[in-house]
Amino acid sequence: MNGYRHLDVSEIGEVTIVRFRDNKIVEDINIQELGQELFKLVEVDGRRRLLLDFATVDFLSSAALGKLITLDKKMKAHGGVLKLSNIRPEIYEVFAITKLNRLFDIRPDDADALAAFQ
Amino acid sequence: MPFSEERWTWQCDEMIPSDVVAGRRLLEEILHRLRAMHWPRRDVFGVHLATDEALANAIIHGNASDSRKHVRFSCRLSPRKIHIEIVDEGDGFDPNALPDPTTPAHHSCPTGRGVMLMKAFMSHVDFQEGGRRVVMEKHREAD
Repeated sequence: MNGYRHLDVSEIGEVTIVRFRDNKIVEDINIQELGQELFKLVEVDGRRRLLLDFATVDFLSSAALGKLITLDKKMKAHGGVLKLSNIRPEIYEVFAITKLNRLFDIRPDDADALAAFQ
Repeated sequence: MPFSEERWTWQCDEMIPSDVVAGRRLLEEILHRLRAMHWPRRDVFGVHLATDEALANAIIHGNASDSRKHVRFSCRLSPRKIHIEIVDEGDGFDPNALPDPTTPAHHSCPTGRGVMLMKAFMSHVDFQEGGRRVVMEKHREAD
C-alpha cells in the first residue's frame, strides 16, 4: 500500500517507477485525482527521476495528455527528469499525431528507460 | 459529398443526460459490436478515441455538465462503416479557430488536441450548426 488510488509506485535506485492501475485514462473525476497524485510525486514527495510505465494502459484521452504535459512542466521546474515507457502502438500514435513524442522522452521498455537515466 | 450511402445493420438514436458515464455506456456497446465484427484493433481504438473526445466536448464543454441539458447520440453501423452524430445544447464553437496544439506555445492549452485526434482517427469529421453537432464517419481499414 503506497497511499495512491490510481498509481503503483516503486523505486529502482534513484528512479521512481509509476504504473497505472486504471487501464483507461479518460476525462472524469478520476483523471483529476490521477493528476493530483502525479503532481504530488514531484511537488510533495520530491521525486526527481520519474518513469511512467504505460504497460497497463490501453486507452487515454486528450485530457490525460494535458495532465502529462502539466507533469512534465512541473518536473522541469523542479529540475527533474521524466521518461515514458511501454506505450502500445495505438497510444504512441496519439503522441505522434499531437507531436508530443517530441516533448516526452518515450522509451520502448523500462530497461531502456532506466539505462537512459544514467 | 464525404458521407456516403450504406446498408446499415445496427443503429441507435438516444438522448442522454450531460453525464460522461451515460455516454460511455452507449460507446461501450458500439465498441462491443465493432469487436464482434472483427474490426481491426486500430480502427476500434480510433472510434473509441474520437467518440470519447466528441462526447467530452458535448457534455463537458458544450453543455457545461448542466444536468438540465441533454446530448443526442446517434450511431449507424455496417460491417465496413460507422457513422456517428453527437449534438449538444451549448453555445457551439468555431472549429477553425482552435489553436494548433502541436506548437509548444499551445502545449498547455486544453483545447484543440481532442478535435485534432478526432480528425486523425476518423475518415470524415464535420462540425455543423455552429459546432453544436459533430458528424463523424469511419471506414473499416483492410485487415
